[in-house]
Amino acid sequence: MEFREQRLENGLEIIAECNPRAHSAALAFFVKSGARDETAEVAGVSHFLEHMVFKGTPRRSAADVNRQLDEVTANSNAFTSEELTVYYATMLPEKVPASLELLSDILRPSLREDDFETEKQVILEEIAKYEDQPPFGAHEKCMAAHFGSHPLSHSVLGTVASVGALTPQQMRAYFQQRYSPDNIVLAATGRIDFDRLVEWAAGHCGGWQPLATSRSAPPPPDHDGLQVVYNELARQQYVVQIANGPAAESDDRYAARLLATVIGDDSGSRFFWALVDTGLADYAAIDPYDFQNAGVYMTSLCCTPDTTADNLRRMRQILEEVELHGVTATELEQARNKICSQVVLGSERPGNRLFAVGGNWVQRREYRTVRQEVDALRAVTLNDIAAVLARYPLTKTTTVAVGPLKEL
Amino acid sequence: MSSTQVQIHALANGLVLLAEPMPWLESAAFSLLVPVGSAHDPADRLGLASFVSEMIQRGCGARSSRQFVEDLDNLGVNRSSAVSNAHSSFGGAMPAEKIYDALSIHADMLLHPHLPADQFEDGRLVCLQEIHAVEDDLAQQVMSELRRRRYPDPFGRTSYGTLDGIQQTTLDELRGHFERTYQPAGCILAVAGNLDWPQLRDHVERLFADWHARPLPAVQPAAAEGGYGHLEQDSNQTHIAVAYASVPYGHPDYYQARGAVGVLSDGMSSRLFTEIRENRGLCYSVYATCHSLRELGSVLCYAGTTTERAQETLDVLLAELVRLAEGVRQDELDRLITKIKAALIMQQESSPSRSSSIASDWYFLGRVQTLDEINRILDGLSCASINAYLSQHPPGDFVVATLGKQKLELPVGIS
Repeated sequence: MEFREQRLENGLEIIAECNPRAHSAALAFFVKSGARDETAEVAGVSHFLEHMVFKGTPRRSAADVNRQLDEVTANSNAFTSEELTVYYATMLPEKVPASLELLSDILRPSLREDDFETEKQVILEEIAKYEDQPPFGAHEKCMAAHFGSHPLSHSVLGTVASVGALTPQQMRAYFQQRYSPDNIVLAATGRIDFDRLVEWAAGHCGGWQPLATSRSAPPPPDHDGLQVVYNELARQQYVVQIANGPAAESDDRYAARLLATVIGDDSGSRFFWALVDTGLADYAAIDPYDFQNAGVYMTSLCCTPDTTADNLRRMRQILEEVELHGVTATELEQARNKICSQVVLGSERPGNRLFAVGGNWVQRREYRTVRQEVDALRAVTLNDIAAVLARYPLTKTTTVAVGPLKEL
Repeated sequence: MSSTQVQIHALANGLVLLAEPMPWLESAAFSLLVPVGSAHDPADRLGLASFVSEMIQRGCGARSSRQFVEDLDNLGVNRSSAVSNAHSSFGGAMPAEKIYDALSIHADMLLHPHLPADQFEDGRLVCLQEIHAVEDDLAQQVMSELRRRRYPDPFGRTSYGTLDGIQQTTLDELRGHFERTYQPAGCILAVAGNLDWPQLRDHVERLFADWHARPLPAVQPAAAEGGYGHLEQDSNQTHIAVAYASVPYGHPDYYQARGAVGVLSDGMSSRLFTEIRENRGLCYSVYATCHSLRELGSVLCYAGTTTERAQETLDVLLAELVRLAEGVRQDELDRLITKIKAALIMQQESSPSRSSSIASDWYFLGRVQTLDEINRILDGLSCASINAYLSQHPPGDFVVATLGKQKLELPVGIS
């Protein structure tokens, strides 16, 4: 296993964890473009643009792109988050050059007007789909309430109104800004010949013109509060709570992950024994998410409306108890064993490893082996947990409840 | 393509151990199928198999409910459990050296569960929560309604059952159902990963040798309801589900049917994705998939779209299904075969996906296909063979379920 990195003259970074024993390879373009980079007028444009990238280039129609992706990759897709748009594919090693040529080409899309209107309908269907399904927008509503005027308050999908009003001109302007080569990382894992990869990438992407890009990353606000959103379609109550946590740049993220595992993993955690194992809730969990210069703990609860208030009280008690007394050595050890095993298992396939390697580079410009990642988790002590608890109080939360309840 | 041989060891009591050593991995994974599922639920206790599955994970042998979970967590076992129509299944992936201890704990769970009285009401609530959760999952609801209509009872049942079935169950009934249905005849234990075969074989023999076989009587199916059913719901989208008869996995023509469905739905250049999403922008989600019970196979299709475009979506979907009988093209087949072959090679990078394939093969075929063998089958597929199958089995006699604001019209001549 060998890590390599190189930067093209136009700023595009290329990184790879090369494993000559792998059966497959994986490639991804990580574009630093997401909901946090949008203004209100173009809310949803990053995600819409992700769809449009598959709709063709000066050399390929949309049908050509779909057909050739099926021909050269085993699996390909893309996703958009608050701060990233990632285009990824897994393939057999002999298909790496063709896959790279194709992915590179589609990253300079034509953004044709008729494709734009057809795809807009697909996006509106996607919004309708999420409005109909659990947790009925509770996650987005809570991010909006917690972050207020901070860019992380933006929803990835946008709204029916904002997406409906978007024009191809607005999307082109956004594309020019965010898809500059120095805002993109090409990551590769599995059976990769790095020198050839760089040579090919220089040929396909070397002509991309850089344009200065920047991102506003203010510190997170200190919000709390409660919002109850009535939804007549939902039968269950869905509650999301957000508290501030360690940012992507902070080494506290290891302790935060273990702490969240002790409190709210889907099995064997304090929430599990108090709420899930007893059948009081369908789920009760807490997960850390880190972003550039901001981080959150996100708590989620699903249960029948009549039990919601009691369940929230139980969860609150557990959080207060942890803030007061911390966690036990036994709990910490169990969480370490569980998470370290997940890290190792999640690294076996190049297609999975890609996201850890690429994500780490994009967020922190660092490479860490699986072993280093496991060692960092193993090194977390009870004191580290206590320090993280002191810095990021779990009980200072913004709460949003969506479902049949009109008040809580 | 290199693929190692699958090792087989049948215990005297009927449990079959299957193992594929994958020495290049750091992990190992197991899939354990116990041959009792929702098809074996008494008609007035729907959901009982799920309830038993929930309760047997609440302590066994010398371990309390808490110790059971803690010990598996400390071993780093990423575990799962599920109930299907035919099976109660348990699985886990973990660092390779932990597989033996993980299997010991699971053997205890199957042979010596506490089924504790003091946790019976908690277990019941967990099962009820699952049923409540499905009330908000509209896509799952429409697919459940589709399977209920398509298959003769009890093959179209959901695993989670009904509120009434769970509420009526007594502790004695649950313990009795466990005693009758948890037994080794027909059990499949498949293990894949970095493992030592003699050690694994001896270990499993020791764990399960004393388990006594009491085979279950075969299930007697009723007639299928078929037709079109609409579930009224004030949702933004209308959820559309369509089924038609196909051959099950293990049937000599299975790969012909699978090839045809691949042309319909595998990948971004497949027909449903192209015609419904790419060309018309009607849907975000649309797919078709082969679904197999041991005796019956189906193709199940889904599309979700807003109310005003639902009729057009159903019309285009059915038209594409009917058009499939006209045959598939060489370029479509070539893309599909390349994609399936690549996925097979990549299966060698994942112990959990390999162990579940091995278990499923044994259930449907009574043997395990090596990757080389599947490759040869794929090489034998041609447009001529698939089109001959399609002309004998044209998609038709559609069973339809929809969920949304309005019932839809089935086109004339369909269903």
